[in-house]
Order: sequence, then C-alpha cells, then structure tokens
Amino acid sequence: MTTQPVHFYQIGSFAVGNRLLSDGERTVQSNLDRANSIDSGHRACQGCGEALGARYALDAAMRATNGQIVAVNATGCLEVFSTPYPETSWRIPWLHSLFGNAPAVATGVAAALRVKGKKDVRVVAQAGDGGTVDIGFGCLSGMFERNDDVLFICYDNEGYMNTGVQRSAATPPAARTATTEAVGPEPGNTFGQGKDLPRIAMAHDIPYVATATVADLHDLERKVERAMEIHGARYLHVLVPCPLGWGSASNETIHVARLAKESGLFPVFEAEGGVVTSVSKIRRQVPVEDYLSIQRRYAHLFGKHPRPDVVARIQAMADQNIARYGLVDEQADSKEMAQ
Amino acid sequence: MEIPFAITLDVGTSRANHTGSWRVERPVYVDRMPPCNNACPAGENIQGWLYEAESGNYEGAWRKLVEENPIPAIMGRVCFHPCETACNRVQVDEAVGINAVERFLGDLAIEKGWVLPDAGPDTGKRILVVGAGPAGLSATYHLRRLGHHVRLVDSARRLGGMMRYGIPSYRLPRDVLDAEIARIVAMGVDVELGHVVHDIEQERSEGGFDAVFLAVGAQLGKRVNIPAGDSSRVIDAVSFLHQVADEDPPLLGRRVVIYGGGDTAFDAARTARRLGATDAVVVYRRNRERMGASGEELEQALGEGVTVRWLSTVNKFDGDRMVLEIMRLNDEGFPEPTGEFEELDADSLVLALGQDTDLSLLDRASDVKVEDGVVEVMESMMAGASGIFAGGDAVPADRTATVAVGHGKKAAHGIDDFVMGRTSVPKERHELATFDRLNTWYYADAPRTKRPELEKIRRQTNFEEVIGGLNEGNALFEARRCLSCGNCFECDNCFGVCPDNAVIKLGPSQRYQFDYDFCKGCGICVKECPCGAIEMVPERI
Repeated sequence: MTTQPVHFYQIGSFAVGNRLLSDGERTVQSNLDRANSIDSGHRACQGCGEALGARYALDAAMRATNGQIVAVNATGCLEVFSTPYPETSWRIPWLHSLFGNAPAVATGVAAALRVKGKKDVRVVAQAGDGGTVDIGFGCLSGMFERNDDVLFICYDNEGYMNTGVQRSAATPPAARTATTEAVGPEPGNTFGQGKDLPRIAMAHDIPYVATATVADLHDLERKVERAMEIHGARYLHVLVPCPLGWGSASNETIHVARLAKESGLFPVFEAEGGVVTSVSKIRRQVPVEDYLSIQRRYAHLFGKHPRPDVVARIQAMADQNIARYGLVDEQADSKEMAQ
Repeated sequence: MEIPFAITLDVGTSRANHTGSWRVERPVYVDRMPPCNNACPAGENIQGWLYEAESGNYEGAWRKLVEENPIPAIMGRVCFHPCETACNRVQVDEAVGINAVERFLGDLAIEKGWVLPDAGPDTGKRILVVGAGPAGLSATYHLRRLGHHVRLVDSARRLGGMMRYGIPSYRLPRDVLDAEIARIVAMGVDVELGHVVHDIEQERSEGGFDAVFLAVGAQLGKRVNIPAGDSSRVIDAVSFLHQVADEDPPLLGRRVVIYGGGDTAFDAARTARRLGATDAVVVYRRNRERMGASGEELEQALGEGVTVRWLSTVNKFDGDRMVLEIMRLNDEGFPEPTGEFEELDADSLVLALGQDTDLSLLDRASDVKVEDGVVEVMESMMAGASGIFAGGDAVPADRTATVAVGHGKKAAHGIDDFVMGRTSVPKERHELATFDRLNTWYYADAPRTKRPELEKIRRQTNFEEVIGGLNEGNALFEARRCLSCGNCFECDNCFGVCPDNAVIKLGPSQRYQFDYDFCKGCGICVKECPCGAIEMVPERI
C-alpha cells in the first residue's frame, strides 16, 4: 500500500484536508492550486457525481504528471455538459470524437505522442458506463489486449442519463429506468444480466485495474497516482451517483456513494496483473435497504407494496461481494486508530 | 484569433455561464453554539480554546480560556464538567476530556509563569467585593480588566473561600490554588483579610464605593436535632473541612459516620479516612440514583474504603452506639420511615446536610430581597436597584465553584454597566450545534485519554492529589478529539466536494466563501460538513 499513515487529527484521514496536516498528507483537492481540470459553469445537474468524479480523477492525474496529460472523452453526460458550443469547461487538452471510439482515439493519441518522442505526456481516456460497457466495449477490449499506454476511466452512473435515463449493461437489477419500468411481477431491470467491467478488465490481465467512489477521495486519488506510475493499459472504474437518474436528493450524492460501498454492493478494490492486491474494507456496514430506500429508482421495492423478496436478492448480491473480496474485517475499527 | 472553417464563434470558457441562477437555496457559513460552551456555567468558549490547543498553541489556548475564567488549573480539578455531559462526542464514543485539558493548560500556565492580561485603563470607579471565593475572585479579575478599582475583603485568614476551606487538598493542591489566586491579586487588588463586614450599607458609604459585589458563600453547616449523649462528638462538615484546611483537625476517633449524600459528605468521608478513621460510613436517606454527589466522587470514595448506608437516617447517637432507621422510597421517590432500626458502632458524627448563608450584613439594606436564605438577583446579578450585586452560593443557583465563577463574570459586567451608566444589549446567542447536524463519518474513532489515578492504597493515608494530569502528548490527543461542533475547523471538505468549484478557499484561518455565480445550490457541502457549520437558506426569488 502506498498510503501515508496519518496521525490522529480531529477527523483522521477521512476529510478532504485538515489545517493540521502537512501539504503532502492532504488531498490534491484540498490545495489552493489544484488544476480544476473541469471548471465552473459546466451544465451538469445539481449535485452531479460525474462532474465531481472527473475533477477528482483528472486533478490527481494532473498532479501525478506535472500537468502533462491529454484527455480523450467519449460521448455522454460529461462531454455534453462540459462543452456546449462554443464554451468549454476543460482546462486541459481535451478531445472528443464519437460515442464508441474513445479507447481507440486514446490509443491513437498515445501512438502519436510516442512518434513525436513526448514521453512525459500521458493519455487519459474517459467515458460514462454506456460508452464503456456497451458502445465502446469492443474498442476498449482491444485497447486492453494491445496493452496501450492509456488510463481509461469509467464514470459509472449506471445508465444513459443524459438521454433520459435508459438502461445500460451497468444498470443494477431492479432499478427503474425509462426502458426498464417498474411494472409487472419483476419490476425494473432484470436480474442476472449486465456486465461487471472491472472483472472483465482483470480477465485481460492488464497491469492495473481499480474501483473507487466519489465518497472516498483519498482512496481515489491514491489509485490515480498509482495508475500514473504504471505504463500500459490501466482501468479505473469510479462510481458516480446521478441525482437525476437515481432519484436521490442532490445533496446526497456522496452519501449514496458511501452507502453503496458500505453495504457491499459496490466493492472497492485494486488489482495488478489480474490479481486483487487490496480492498477497502467496510467501515460501518449497512443493509442494502439503507442504500436502496433513499433512491426513487428503487421506490417500487418499498412503500405500499413492498418487495422484501427483491431486496433480499439484492442483499444476496452484496453478501456475495463481501465474501468474494473479503470486505468485512473484524479488526477494522482498531486499524483506524493511529497513534 | 483566426476562426477555422465553418466555425462562427470564438471558443470561450464555461465561466461565462453563471449557473448560480439555477439556485433556489443557497448555502451559508454559520457558527453554531457548541453544546459544551452552552453548558458551561462559567461561559467558557471551550470549542475555541480546544481549537487553539489542537495545533499545539497552548499559550493561545490558555489566553482564550482566561478571557472567561481566570482559574483554569483550579477548575480543571474541581469542576463537575457539565460540558462533558453535554459533549456531542458522547454519541460517537466518549466525551472529550475537556476538564483534563483545561487542567493541563492551567498547570502549564503556572509552570511557564504566563500572566493574566493587564488591568484596563483606570475608570476611577471603586468596587467592594465581599468574599474571596470563586465568585469574588472571578468578579475581581473581570472588574480589574474593565479598569475598576477593587477592594476585596474576606473574613478568613487566607484567600480562596470554599476552594480552600471546603475542598480537600487531595482534590485541589494548595500550591495550585495559591498560584492562581496570586495571579489575580498581581493585577493590582486592594486585599483585606480577617475582615468581617457587619453592615454592607455602612461599609459601602464609608469606603465610597460605587458598587458592591456580595459573594459571601454558604458557610454555615445545617444542623438537625439528633438526640446525642455527647454533643462534642457531633460536628458539621463545613467546620470539619475548615479546621482540616487550617491544619487543626478535630479528633473524630476511628469510626466516623457522615450524614448526607452530597459531594461535601464524600469529601468529609474521604478526609476522615485520610486522618486515620478505619471506618468512614456515609449514611444517606435516599438511594444511589438520588444522591447529590457526582458519580465520580462516589466511585473514588468507595475505592478508598468509604462505605455507604443507603436509605438510612440517623435516629440517635448515644455513647459509641448509633441507631439508624431504615427508610424506603415512596411512589414519588421521597424517603419515608419504615420503623425498622439498626445499630452501628460510631465515635463521631459529621453532619453534611447542606449549608446556609449568613446574610446578616444585609439587614439594613432595605431594597435587597432575601428569600429562603438567599439573595434575589436580576439578570445582571444586581439585587434590587441599589448597586448591590450578589453571586455564588448566596444567590439561588447550583452551589458549585464553576457556577460561582460564572456569576463573578456576569456580575462584573453588570457592575460595569451600572457604574458607567450604560444599559447593555444582551448578545445574540447562536443556534445550538446539535448532534444531528454533524456528519460523524469524517471523525476517526479515538478513545478518551484517562487521567492516571493515584494508587488507592496511597491515597487513604495522605492528602496527595488523587487525580494526575495529562502530559503534552495525551493532552494534544485529547484536544484533537474535539468535533468542533458548529464551528468551521478548516477541513477543506466543502472546498473539495463541490461539483461546481463554487467554494473559494481563503487560506489558513481565513476559512472559505461561496462563489454564488456558480453555486447551483445542490447542498452537498452542507451534508458533508463534519461539524455542521453550513446551512441552506431559501433564495429570495
């Protein structure tokens, strides 16, 4: 682990910064001179998790490379809300081509930089879950297979939100979307379908695969930093709650992401060469109900006609993650106490 | 700029798009009243001085502390710390050891010789303070800071009041007491000891005083009529503790019974143990849940071999036999006799049944109202409209040193307004920083640092201090356990979590401000603020 041990201060290492910590121990986001790779004035919804996740990840990449990055963007919310003609929110070199070809464009940029001998300039590609798990999947798998020197970041908000909340292969079971309505005996998205892209990426045996959420900034930044130390194909999957598509309150974005991790539904881990090397343990475990019930996309599981059977199936998914990744650690509490 | 083919507009930054116009609610930074500050009878800004202590700025912390309370080393020992009872951290793990940190700062100040702020510029006003206990000393300090001349008189031979004559030295070492009192006297106070005031009006007019502060305390131990063969073996706890403090302890024998259930009863019992009593038995007519003493005091007493007879009264004390009557609590929780009796061997009886105030000096002060043995006062601590102020045990309130310190401060400001001919506007109180406003996810779990206690066996026989202090390492740790409820401590969370970069960080100790041009009003900053120092307010539309 590359984490810096943080002495016990008021809030340990969980907050963005702390007046009592040295600069080196604070997050990139706590610094006055952070890159702000994506600037104010973008048109993301109130409380957008993706806008936040993109700034977190790219600012960390900017620091790790001394500002030498080129970003390639697939079509999606992030692209649309950041660049309505003729405005741009990007304060870094940024390219957009098509919905499905971001991995291939990134491969091309990396190749061009290699030809030009610019070894210090690194390439980051980014897309939403639609551009990653569905439309860009073929290009991405090829990029992994060729081990091209690109960090590919998927901001996963579990659906096509920009076009009106349609299902993607990353939409979780039972969630209501415009194309998986909450009707019939099996309301919402079906169980047993969809793609677990972090595990698919690991199956390519690429050098680095990691997951993160916007709820743990220290962890996310550390993973970006680690990824930028490695050359070759790298994949980072960041859970970014979508207040619009999930039906969560705009102020709950970070809270919802935290519950996704604390319930076990979204395992946070990293893997090198296809092998899991570390997992973020659950700190204060919650039942999946705590996570589901604050999102209107699951409203049909609660209320007048509750579906405890469906909630139980979702809990089983969380339990399976907990077992698969070893997310619960009996000693978790004592580890937190530094000093 | 040359525009490429088929492009009609120059590229520009999205900062031209003021997304703040989307907002219907806006976040604003607030300071809320931390529950510790709210609960402190002395009105200390506890969160404020812990904030300084957290960064290791102990002198700054002490300076902030003594703005309200000039005797932190004393309070760090004798205060019953309602701040810790109120502390929000109780609901996370355990309360912050505020009292222990206060003592650490107080002791450090004595060790380093830090001096109190200078007296204020002379106002020419003369104030008489009667009684040099916690209320009188606190008032003296604040009056001197306001620039008034103070004459401090006390009937005892030394300064300190009940802190010296009521609190045993194993709880409050006399060198600490002396050091903190000396620091106040050094501000320039006209002290007269062994001086009994018989008539306050006469004393006031003869001395030409503009105002008077009465802090005479409650020095008279209450007596009850208990049939006793030899009255010389019955003593009240106040006199007992006073004589011990004067190093002239009465001979109580080996088997001492203490009648009462307050802190004074346990102080007397523990003192009796130290003077050589083999049996120190506290007899109390109610049960443990209803006793007046603090749980901490009881635990320490029990640990020192003091025993307690709950639900008992002293019926008769004859020779070396004492008869106790067993009580029971009725439905209202009041004790009532059962008619059953028990006998107990005893050499002496100490009565700790409460104290009364000697207010005969007010007999000629016609506009001062005395009711139930205490002086009625207004919000400013003034008794009647006469420039006579009162505080401490002499007015209706909890009789603790901390309350007295608070009274002294309040009275000093009341006196200042009175003699300067001002009416003060009461300060607006911030809304309370309740636990539900905190986001405790961000606080690391950390157990409280316990102060070391003297080995039980050692403290039965001597008057050494029982509770030890913190050292610099664990005092810092303890200070940093503070959640800073309701007051920004610059964790950068709001700055970090804003999806719209609409929080401007102003730099060390400057906090933050919102950029309302771009804030969309999502409220994440409010939700993720650990200490609840931001709130959403509706926009005027």
